Amino acid sequence: MNMSSTVPPPNPDPCLNLEITPELVSEHGLLPEEYEKILKILGRVPNLTELGIFSVMWSEHCAYKNTRRLLRLFPTEKRDKEAIGQVLVKAGDENAGVIDVGEGWGVAFKIESHNHPSAIEPFEGAATGVGGIVRDIFTMGARPVLLTNSLRFGSLGSNQVKRLFRGVVSGISHYGNCLGIPNVGGDVYFDDCYEGNPLVNALCAGILRHEDIQKGAATGVGNPVYYVGSGTGRDGLGGASFASRELTEESAEDRPAVQKGDPFMEKLLLEACLEMMSIPGLVVGIQDMGAAGLTCSTCETASRGDSGIEIDLDLVPQRETGMNSYEIMLSESQERMLVIVESGRENELERVFEKWDLHAARIGQVREGDRMVVRHKGVVVVDLPAKSLTDNAPIYDQPASEPDHVVRARQWRLDSVPPLAYDKVEESLKKLLNHPTIGSKKWIWRQYDHMVMSGCMVEPGSDAGVVNLSIAGIDKRLAIANDCNNRFCYLDPYHGAQIAFAECSRNLACSGAKALAVTDNLNFGNPNKPDAYYLLKECARGLADACVHFDVPVVGGNVSLYNENNEGAIDPTPVVSMIGLIEKPNMVTRSRMPEPGMEIILLGGLPHELGASYHLQVEYGLKDGKVPEIDLDAEVRLQSFLLSEISAGRISAAHDLAEGGLLVALVEMLFGEPLLGADLNFSNLGSTMRLDCLFFGESQGRVLVAVSTTDLESLLIQAREKEVPAQRIGNSTNSSNLKVRVESKEIFNADVSELQRSWEDAIPSRMKDN
Amino acid sequence: MKVAVLQFPGSNCDWDAEHAVRDVLGISAHRVWHKDSLPGETEAVIVPGGFSFGDYLRCGAIARFSPITNDLKKFAENGGQVLGICNGFQILCEAGLLPGALIRNECMEFRCLNQSLKVEQSNERFNPTTLGATLSLPIAHGEGNYRVKDSILTEIEDHGLVFLRYLENPNGSMNDIAGLRNREGNVYGMMPHPERAVESYHPSLDGLSVLKAFFAPLLSSRAVELSSKG
Repeated sequence: MNMSSTVPPPNPDPCLNLEITPELVSEHGLLPEEYEKILKILGRVPNLTELGIFSVMWSEHCAYKNTRRLLRLFPTEKRDKEAIGQVLVKAGDENAGVIDVGEGWGVAFKIESHNHPSAIEPFEGAATGVGGIVRDIFTMGARPVLLTNSLRFGSLGSNQVKRLFRGVVSGISHYGNCLGIPNVGGDVYFDDCYEGNPLVNALCAGILRHEDIQKGAATGVGNPVYYVGSGTGRDGLGGASFASRELTEESAEDRPAVQKGDPFMEKLLLEACLEMMSIPGLVVGIQDMGAAGLTCSTCETASRGDSGIEIDLDLVPQRETGMNSYEIMLSESQERMLVIVESGRENELERVFEKWDLHAARIGQVREGDRMVVRHKGVVVVDLPAKSLTDNAPIYDQPASEPDHVVRARQWRLDSVPPLAYDKVEESLKKLLNHPTIGSKKWIWRQYDHMVMSGCMVEPGSDAGVVNLSIAGIDKRLAIANDCNNRFCYLDPYHGAQIAFAECSRNLACSGAKALAVTDNLNFGNPNKPDAYYLLKECARGLADACVHFDVPVVGGNVSLYNENNEGAIDPTPVVSMIGLIEKPNMVTRSRMPEPGMEIILLGGLPHELGASYHLQVEYGLKDGKVPEIDLDAEVRLQSFLLSEISAGRISAAHDLAEGGLLVALVEMLFGEPLLGADLNFSNLGSTMRLDCLFFGESQGRVLVAVSTTDLESLLIQAREKEVPAQRIGNSTNSSNLKVRVESKEIFNADVSELQRSWEDAIPSRMKDN
Repeated sequence: MKVAVLQFPGSNCDWDAEHAVRDVLGISAHRVWHKDSLPGETEAVIVPGGFSFGDYLRCGAIARFSPITNDLKKFAENGGQVLGICNGFQILCEAGLLPGALIRNECMEFRCLNQSLKVEQSNERFNPTTLGATLSLPIAHGEGNYRVKDSILTEIEDHGLVFLRYLENPNGSMNDIAGLRNREGNVYGMMPHPERAVESYHPSLDGLSVLKAFFAPLLSSRAVELSSKG
């Protein structure tokens, strides 16, 4: 007998026999000490597939290794245990957080970034961003009922930015419209700091019964593990680690790391999964294959279920031939889910997926112990402790140092810019209205189906999106708002993040909604740079303190770091999204002034600061100055006053002062059909008040409300009682002119239709020839 | 069963249509899956909006091969009342129940807006007297640009088959056509969404009058008074 016949021939699979060199380790984004840790966990050298698995699971995107400590600052539940909005599923526990909204209903919601893919391939990057967040929501067992997004682009001057902007908007439109989930709003900023690093943060919210909340846990030894949805291809290979580094010239060559979406497939998967989950007791655990695909879904479900899991890659539906185990495990092909069902009830799952003509392949089972075992072509290719991937990822505290520009901004003096002359006010106002960040966003939202599901109560462009749930037989109204002014966060990260929170909550209050919970998307630069890490840390601290102050917990979110290129990092952008509930149908409040002859009341006092404003940007090209003061106590008083006055029926329209300040907010209330005018009168301003601060300063905690003459007195009395500064500044008219008097002198009389034109043209005029 | 709302893979306004008919108008309505057959008691069919089969190939092109579409054709040939909305209109055209086709909007983008519409003197149900001279209804489509051979367009106009026209054409449709019926007056197709204009918080309530006009024969034969909860 020939001895050599008993020795198995060398395995031809490169995943198993490739030598793991330090270069290979570094190409996988792992540090030498991280690799040492892997060797210690395994007690042997990993093969290529295992190295790839550690690389994606220990990436910032999956493991939050640079931010986990900061995220712990966020409150994850409400202090007041009696209040509506108790957290049912906490941040980080499952695919999305869930809060209680009363009568046994819950809302699952979350925001997630798809910045890096969108920078390379804007259409597919944005489309699959929507797809990913929608899967996170229906994985929880919730029926998605609304989408919004938070977008950031460079200035609309360059063709490259226009291409990204057009591509992102049409990608979102393409994917969301096909799914039939209303896209009810969002926020968009244009600033040079996002040139080359656009931000695409997509949010989805869904509704479900408390008892229908699904878990992403693999439990019950012997329970079958199913793969459902689209086949696996080579697209999106290693997307999670791709999203965890800086973009370079060569990033365009990373195109295969960008996934390709098929919203039709997602719609089928959504309906099939909800139908399957409606069968009592069938589903044990379910998880979307998002970042890190099959890898993440198998090890996370096993880890959450305190069990082992085994799968056979030969059983995975594939749409390309000759894929090796590395490719199959790391593919980020879209529209796929992992489902664990009760053993013996396999045919109930299979019947549903057969109805929807989708793959449903039994690829493995839950096993004893804690190992994640993967077979391919009859050989074990992966054998790891599942928890080592999810719980043992390294956690870093990075050095932080305050950047010079933050120090300089604190020292900025108002007298470094000249006061605004009376005759320049109108021109300055038009410039602001024509800034794409401030101008009308109709160019965007007319491409989104915001009315499907018949629940849209407020046309996009108001302070918050509002969705009525009557189609589902639920007498509830959800409101959603996103906010983050990057200029504030850049100049004063701690207070900038608090302002993002306060403004978001204020937007909800202006719409008649009580804020319940937050999902946040922390978009920052490279955390290994002390300047960048300082901004990240301070924003996280500021946001956490605001959440605690308002008793509004964070129930989930996302971190996107390394948003920088050769030109530098983006401004810190901690996007805050908040969900709220509008108690009664007649409390739904819009920013549009309903009619002429209404009293216009300014709440919060006259604006008096100019630092960090858009006025400084459009007049002097300055991103500088002391960020407006934020008084959280005053903000709480203001918002609760707004809600009680809206509830009392005294407020007919409300709009918060934000980018551009008082006059921008005021004219936005007049725009629409029919166009209205207003007469404003400011007196007793005192000798120190500057007109630019009053009209264009971005002081916080200010809201304009429209009140009928008969309600004026009661509202002012209530305001005094609640310690909310309130003053009448004028009234609406049917003249379509904006007349402004200061100390009895008319300083300008502008045609509102002309102002509206500047505002409406802000984006279309820049996108015309592209 | 009275009203069947067809559900193709990718339909996404089926729920809305069912809600408007059942919960707002108070008429019994159910969704019928495309692989099932049309229930015998069906008295009217709504082919709802959405992206049937992902709009692959052409909008509505694959849905015409679904099992339910054969039943739908027979139902229409026997005089059954059929309303196609948005993608439903596209399907009716592909299935040959209405002439012409809907192609990409001239602007090459999706449009979701409230649209002012002119009501034409089309027949005893759809005319300015029953519906009012103009309506405001939402549109939400990327492919609503109605195209048809000139000779057929002449025929369409000669017989007064257009029942709704855009006052400001959003998609490039020939003759501003927004809604079209067949000569027999039992098959209707329209790009605007009446089911999205039935509640007090919708931009208008004009969808109610369109749906009531469509259901009129069904209701009058039974002398049922329509009660609107909207």
